[in-house]
Amino acid sequence: MQSLSVNTVWVNEWLTQYMPSWLATTIECVVVGVGILLVYALLALFYIYYERKLCAAFQCRLGPNRVGPMGLLQSFADMFKMLIKEIITLNHVDQFLYALAPYLVIIASVLAFAVLPWGDGLQIIDFNIGIFFLIAVSSIGVLGILLAGWSSNNKYTLIGSLRAGAQMVSYELSIGLSVITMVCLAGTMTVGGIVAEQSDLWFIFKGHVPAIIAFVIYMIAGTAETNRGPFDLPEAESELTAGYHTEYSGMHFGFYYLAEYLNLFIVSGVAALLFFGGWMPFHIPGWETFNNIMDFIPGTIWFLGKAFVLSFVIIWFKWTFPRLRIDQLLALEWKYLLPINLVNLVLMVLIIIFGWHF
Amino acid sequence: MISSAIFGIGNNGLMAITALLTGIGLVFLALWIAKLISPRSYNLQKGEAYECGIPTRGESMAQFKIGYYLFAILFLMFDVETVFLFPWAVRMRELGVDGLISIAVFFGILVLGLVYAWRKGALEWK
Repeated sequence: MQSLSVNTVWVNEWLTQYMPSWLATTIECVVVGVGILLVYALLALFYIYYERKLCAAFQCRLGPNRVGPMGLLQSFADMFKMLIKEIITLNHVDQFLYALAPYLVIIASVLAFAVLPWGDGLQIIDFNIGIFFLIAVSSIGVLGILLAGWSSNNKYTLIGSLRAGAQMVSYELSIGLSVITMVCLAGTMTVGGIVAEQSDLWFIFKGHVPAIIAFVIYMIAGTAETNRGPFDLPEAESELTAGYHTEYSGMHFGFYYLAEYLNLFIVSGVAALLFFGGWMPFHIPGWETFNNIMDFIPGTIWFLGKAFVLSFVIIWFKWTFPRLRIDQLLALEWKYLLPINLVNLVLMVLIIIFGWHF
Repeated sequence: MISSAIFGIGNNGLMAITALLTGIGLVFLALWIAKLISPRSYNLQKGEAYECGIPTRGESMAQFKIGYYLFAILFLMFDVETVFLFPWAVRMRELGVDGLISIAVFFGILVLGLVYAWRKGALEWK
């Protein structure tokens, strides 16, 4: 399997032959930016379609099937409709914060999106504190949601954003601690390094019991972090109309919609990265022929496949569990997940010290 | 060999700034397009707060329940803990027993903090 960096380095050399290096770098940055933009938008549209089809399947319906073959163009039509809707200017809101909030939400998800490894040499940001950077930037999104709720000057949005704030900061702890558990096993924070560590066997098999516990906790916390499934009380439509984005209209609302679906992808992408080897093919030590066959499938397909399967699990949660109350939600995090997570971290450290992992 | 630098740009800060500008550009561009093609109309009631069809009563940016604030404070404590655990988690094998003992003391103090908050009833939603 050829690394993509071979191609990009060749492009870089070809560009620097004809122009000064600063211009070449600028052009490359613009190409990367446009690439992020396209993949981000296409993925969000795909996710909207994916979720609607899955919801329909869970409820024995057909789902979107009129626009395009099998309704594939439905989400394009939805986005276009959103673009041609009027953006209403309200006269009671805090104008500056109201306009700022969608920027923060989108920036948080784009930055986190750029850290994900898509394949060999297909990763945009690779800091040496990669996974830590990802947690740091994805928590900017909470600020956007709190600002949106506060600046809208509406009681529904205020309650929705406070719930979202309490929920997202609480569950961030669980995400952080399960990431630490896996960083202990990997011994590195770079995203590329974590993937490379799993080239022989994925972490969920390597770290057996603590890794599985960490994975379960990560999936629960990730669902809460994206305000989905049983944890959707920030936008509980039966109580708060639409929660923190009630007062946003047209494309302004569209950004929250986009970011919500992209956050679903990011959460499942990070789960794929930490527990299922990112873009690494499925390898079993010792089975050389099997491993060679698995290597023929490109890394990007492996990564996307894992992310889609994990997203399917999160969407499945949504249609299986009833919505929690705020006190149950906080009790679940602080009285169950956090203590279990702390014990799990100690367990993982013991397993590494005694060398019980594979 | 696993390499992740795209275009051979080793400077991750540059890439992070590119991603940041992409995010800003996405919002800016989409809002600009929406402003160009979306219709405009004026209506006296249009700018009012959405609330069941009747005018809002009282202040909307009101005081709220203290419980949310309490959980935010607790979050701060544990988030700082997480930040301090990361460097140790990376170098765990190299630091060996010394590092383990130091982090166990640190860990113990924070677990005590959680137990204290629990006993004090800070985790109850009243």
